[in-house]
Amino acid sequence: MQKPPRDWLKGVLSAYDTVVIGSGLAGMTSANLLAKLGHKVLLAEHHYNMGGMATWFKRKGGHVMDISLHGFPCGMIKTLRKYWTKDISHRVIQLKNVRFDNPQFSVNTSFDKVDFTHILRERFGILREVIDEFFLTVRDMNFYDEVVMTTRELFEKYFPGRTDVWRFLMEPITYANGSTLDDPAITYGIVFSNFMDKGVFTYQGGTDHLIKEMKQELLRNGVDIRTHCMVEKIYVDDKTVQGVRINGQDIQCKSVLSNSNLLTTIEQLTGEEHFDPEFIEEVKKVRLNNSSCQVYMGIKKGEIVPNVGDLLFSSVADEYCTDQILSKDVTSRTFSFYYPEIRPGTNRYSIVSSTNARYQDWANLSESQYKKDKHDLEQTTLDALDKYVPGIRNKVDHVEASTPKTFKRYTLHPSGTSFGTKFEGLKISRDLPKQINGLFHAGSVGIIMSGWLGAANYGVIVANETDKFLRQLRPSLVTASA
Amino acid sequence: MTIEDVRQIILNILADIAPDEDISSIDDNTKLRDQIDLDSMDFLDIVMELRKRFNIEVPEKDYEHLATMAGCVSYLTPLLKDRPLAS
Repeated sequence: MQKPPRDWLKGVLSAYDTVVIGSGLAGMTSANLLAKLGHKVLLAEHHYNMGGMATWFKRKGGHVMDISLHGFPCGMIKTLRKYWTKDISHRVIQLKNVRFDNPQFSVNTSFDKVDFTHILRERFGILREVIDEFFLTVRDMNFYDEVVMTTRELFEKYFPGRTDVWRFLMEPITYANGSTLDDPAITYGIVFSNFMDKGVFTYQGGTDHLIKEMKQELLRNGVDIRTHCMVEKIYVDDKTVQGVRINGQDIQCKSVLSNSNLLTTIEQLTGEEHFDPEFIEEVKKVRLNNSSCQVYMGIKKGEIVPNVGDLLFSSVADEYCTDQILSKDVTSRTFSFYYPEIRPGTNRYSIVSSTNARYQDWANLSESQYKKDKHDLEQTTLDALDKYVPGIRNKVDHVEASTPKTFKRYTLHPSGTSFGTKFEGLKISRDLPKQINGLFHAGSVGIIMSGWLGAANYGVIVANETDKFLRQLRPSLVTASA
Repeated sequence: MTIEDVRQIILNILADIAPDEDISSIDDNTKLRDQIDLDSMDFLDIVMELRKRFNIEVPEKDYEHLATMAGCVSYLTPLLKDRPLAS
């Protein structure tokens, strides 16, 4: 006899203060904070795992692959302590060996301001005053600045013609958030300064451990977590959120905090008809950021990989070039090495290669061509890695690739974008509640609010707005005025 | 609530937000930012705590009043003076 399908909404309430759509890092962080502030929160995730891009998968042979764990800025420690738990924040450890290898230079660094200053002076021959002024300029950039300069113009100003320096400064940030030389310089400045503060960090225990800890904290704070639950519609009436439809079932709520992609939230979940035409015009101008390809390489049990670096930015391209970085003809790869220290006690290694990629290069291939191209990607990646880990083919017993199509399948993001939207998306995301009462968005937008720290902190910023909105529905809130 | 009570409330909030900092020697007329390691997220936390504990909403344009301890106290005391200390 066939079992009836499981009801993933069994026991769900008929109404909530907030429904959070999607359990990416921003969604989870906002759900947790709102619950701690006393609101009744439902967190709906379409996938069976929580975490969004903060995810992992397991394969036969005891392999655990992390998608995006390496790495994040030091600020994440504080964010985890304040909005999650002390125990979680205590597991953050530094990745001390960041490596570059390309036709222009080969450099090891701890990826912080002191070491970068040293390398820029000694290796690249840049004057101390220029370096100091550059660091001051990027440190003082903030979100409220007028957007005038691109990152290319910023580099041209301080390091004219020095494409080797540009590459040194840019390649890791492209890996971290998909930004390019043609994006606003403030997006570069904010993210770069965050890293330069103290270096690059990761989470000891692996992504699975982190998400498990976060799930327990969400439950402790009373969040109603529902996996396998697809939010199909946000109901709006009279410019005000009324509720959502999840797996065909209507649930009332006073507010929605969508951690779904910004454009999906507006165009599909809510519907353009609920917004001002001028706003929709601006929405149409929002560009999605690019997607990624990854190759996951699991090392055989008992095999050892010597420490060749934690993060390795490798490239055979002559210079840093956005088009080349996105090209299907891969020349640049970022290798993340996961040594046994990441999961103490397991004594296992895995290596993940990441490259930025375009959805359209992968979306329309025949099934056989897609398979072949994925296979080629795996093989050329192993070839490239052999330079750093000689005999890698004899050490691995699991190799698997993901493409922009894979990212789309698991995150439901349009075009499989792995870094949200370009800069203009941030304003749209921030202005959503001005269009519809109770509709909020937090997630990877505007480059700044991308990556681990950006996503988590944006979750906090938007949870604050949501809390304000919910409390204003009660008469007791006193608004101060000076 | 007295001025001293309000000052203590701010100190309690700061102690939660920045547990590694020495807040006992804070000078009331120097910017908090110049004395302890506070970023814009920390100021957001102060605003959230005030809303949570006292139902007080500090509009974004008034954030500048929270820059120093003296500013916090003079901004918040009129709003809190009629409140009992325990809340």
